[in-house]
Amino acid sequence: MTDSSQADSIVGRGNREGAELFRQWFESLQGAIERGAPSAYVFVMGSMAEILRVFDLPMVFPEITSLQTAVRRVAHEYLNEAEDYGYSPDICGYVKADVALQLRGGRHPMGNVPKPALAVLTNACNTYIKWAEIWERFYHIPVFTLDVPGTRAAGTQTWPGDPDFENDRRYVQAQIMELITLCERVTGIRFDIDRLREVQAQANSMSRGWKRVLELNQSHPSVFNAVTDGTIYLGVANGFRGAAAGSQFFDHLVEEMEYKAAHGIGTLIEEKHRLIFVGVPCYPIFRRFNEMFAEWGGTFVSSTYLWFASGGTNLGFQFDLNRPLESLAEGVLISVRDAMDSMFYQDRAIAGMIDSFHADGVVYHPIKSCRTVSTGLADNRRALMAERDIPSLFIESDMMDRRVVSEAQLKNRIDAFFESLASRQQQGAIH
Amino acid sequence: MAYAAGVDVGSTQTKAIVINEAREIVGRALIDTGSNVGAAAEQSFLEALKNGGIPDMLVEFVVGTGYGRYRVTFGNTQVTEISCHGRGAVHMFPGTRTVVDMGGQDTKAIRVGPRGEIVDFCMNDKCAAGTGRFLGAAASALEIPLEQLGPTALRAERPVRISTTCTVFAESEVLSWLGKGKKTEDILLGVHQSIAARSIGLLRRVGVEEQVTFTGGVARNVGMIATLQEGLGCRLNVSADSHYIGALGAALFALDHILASRMPADAVKE
Repeated sequence: MTDSSQADSIVGRGNREGAELFRQWFESLQGAIERGAPSAYVFVMGSMAEILRVFDLPMVFPEITSLQTAVRRVAHEYLNEAEDYGYSPDICGYVKADVALQLRGGRHPMGNVPKPALAVLTNACNTYIKWAEIWERFYHIPVFTLDVPGTRAAGTQTWPGDPDFENDRRYVQAQIMELITLCERVTGIRFDIDRLREVQAQANSMSRGWKRVLELNQSHPSVFNAVTDGTIYLGVANGFRGAAAGSQFFDHLVEEMEYKAAHGIGTLIEEKHRLIFVGVPCYPIFRRFNEMFAEWGGTFVSSTYLWFASGGTNLGFQFDLNRPLESLAEGVLISVRDAMDSMFYQDRAIAGMIDSFHADGVVYHPIKSCRTVSTGLADNRRALMAERDIPSLFIESDMMDRRVVSEAQLKNRIDAFFESLASRQQQGAIH
Repeated sequence: MAYAAGVDVGSTQTKAIVINEAREIVGRALIDTGSNVGAAAEQSFLEALKNGGIPDMLVEFVVGTGYGRYRVTFGNTQVTEISCHGRGAVHMFPGTRTVVDMGGQDTKAIRVGPRGEIVDFCMNDKCAAGTGRFLGAAASALEIPLEQLGPTALRAERPVRISTTCTVFAESEVLSWLGKGKKTEDILLGVHQSIAARSIGLLRRVGVEEQVTFTGGVARNVGMIATLQEGLGCRLNVSADSHYIGALGAALFALDHILASRMPADAVKE
């Protein structure tokens, strides 16, 4: 294979294969509807995919189906329908898009979505709990809430071997045993611990790959855009966790990113500014949002979104297959806790990210319809500014609702941010 | 002698400034923006040239700013009004470290460095609460000319508390206070205090560092100057040309381009 044909086949492969996997995922959901097979509704922060795959439960991620309505520019239809039904304009846009999806009998722009046979959630987001109660009322299904003990205060995480950690681990493991019993009841399938080991082995492979991909973006130039490309990878990390197709995707992705790093292939013609993104993307104008940064030579090299929205699997936690249940509890505890820390104790992590990714700016993007992610961002920004001399931008819009996305206002602020970055670099060159 | 120009296309008014190489203002113009933004930009520029008696051909570089900056089609480049107000304010008052710019539909809090470079900024989001438009709504409800708002408010003895933050609802709240028999000046001071409180909130977000310079069209309102000074507990720098400061900053950026283009190539490289 010539160098150029090798580049053609490798560069961009992750995005192509990611899109194909998404199509397959929705086809599989259609298949589940046709077979009448029970499905599970789960969330990105602690999906418990390792257990659900043992029972062959197709997984629906309502956060992902909702955001896809925004990317496909039809979210307003779903939001309006839920508001007509009685939901407030002020609550989570993901919830409202999902309510409308349920009212439409699961008809989604990407395909049909099955009704749930059970819902599995964690306490990582308080909206999850109220959201699942809606399905409970709609469908009279069991709802399983996994209570994951979070970090008690900044910098006080405990680790395997610590008595406090072991107490928390036993608490999570006991709940996992209850989930297994529930899955047996819903599916009529007996739990198979060897099948769990197989799933965990695939999840281990994927986690290693995901961690490596994120690290490879420390390259100069960066090898993928953490907001646009990263969101595609994130979708696969969630939807295919524990599946062979998912781990193969990340094997290929590592290969692609290592190739790009070795050959200096970046995402822009000239990478002038390396930025960190904090918050949830602006899906109603997803591409345009990124363009407003790219026009100035700005690219996102890292993002807290890729941490918390992958349920903390960015840490690359490896399950010990010799003690699968105990290790699963450890992994869930450490990873979901980290997802919460990425939202609530992020200032130190961002300071570390600035160094390791050689970032020269931080973009905070609080969103109207998610108070969980957004409330603390102003404080976190202040804390970071007190600690580090790094420019930051604070822009507000939404993940779903285009009524509160003002492109002109966003552009004005983004342009001013880059003007100040340019002026700062100019001053730095003079001194 | 070359000249540089800045055209600030705001939501309500368009301002143009022409400066010479000594950074002195030699021509200025202010017109209503109206519905044809491009025409307003061009007309203000031509009027500023006429005002200064400057031939068009001597203006080597034009920078557009303001919300309509991309409609300054005869301009050479665009710079945001955030950068322009910072630069213009420091040029006019070199001790400036914080700028509050209050225009027709935007209020900005800007923290600047000694050369006018932006350190941090914050703006009102999505709605026009706390901006000149809010004052306009009150003026309309009370049937008072805009230029009389400030002096009237300063005669107040017992200001009312305006609770709404919505420009649209402000008018009905003003009318309800009138219906309760409150004096016009007390209502107006309440309106000024409401706007000032929102602006001070923005300023606190970026951090208030003296000196503070007040720019934009609302800086001509003596009532707003007094209310902001009281709320902030410090004096504000206010120029008779405060509403031109964005255009002035744009003209200064334009002059930078002219001077940079004259530098020898090797000096630019360094």
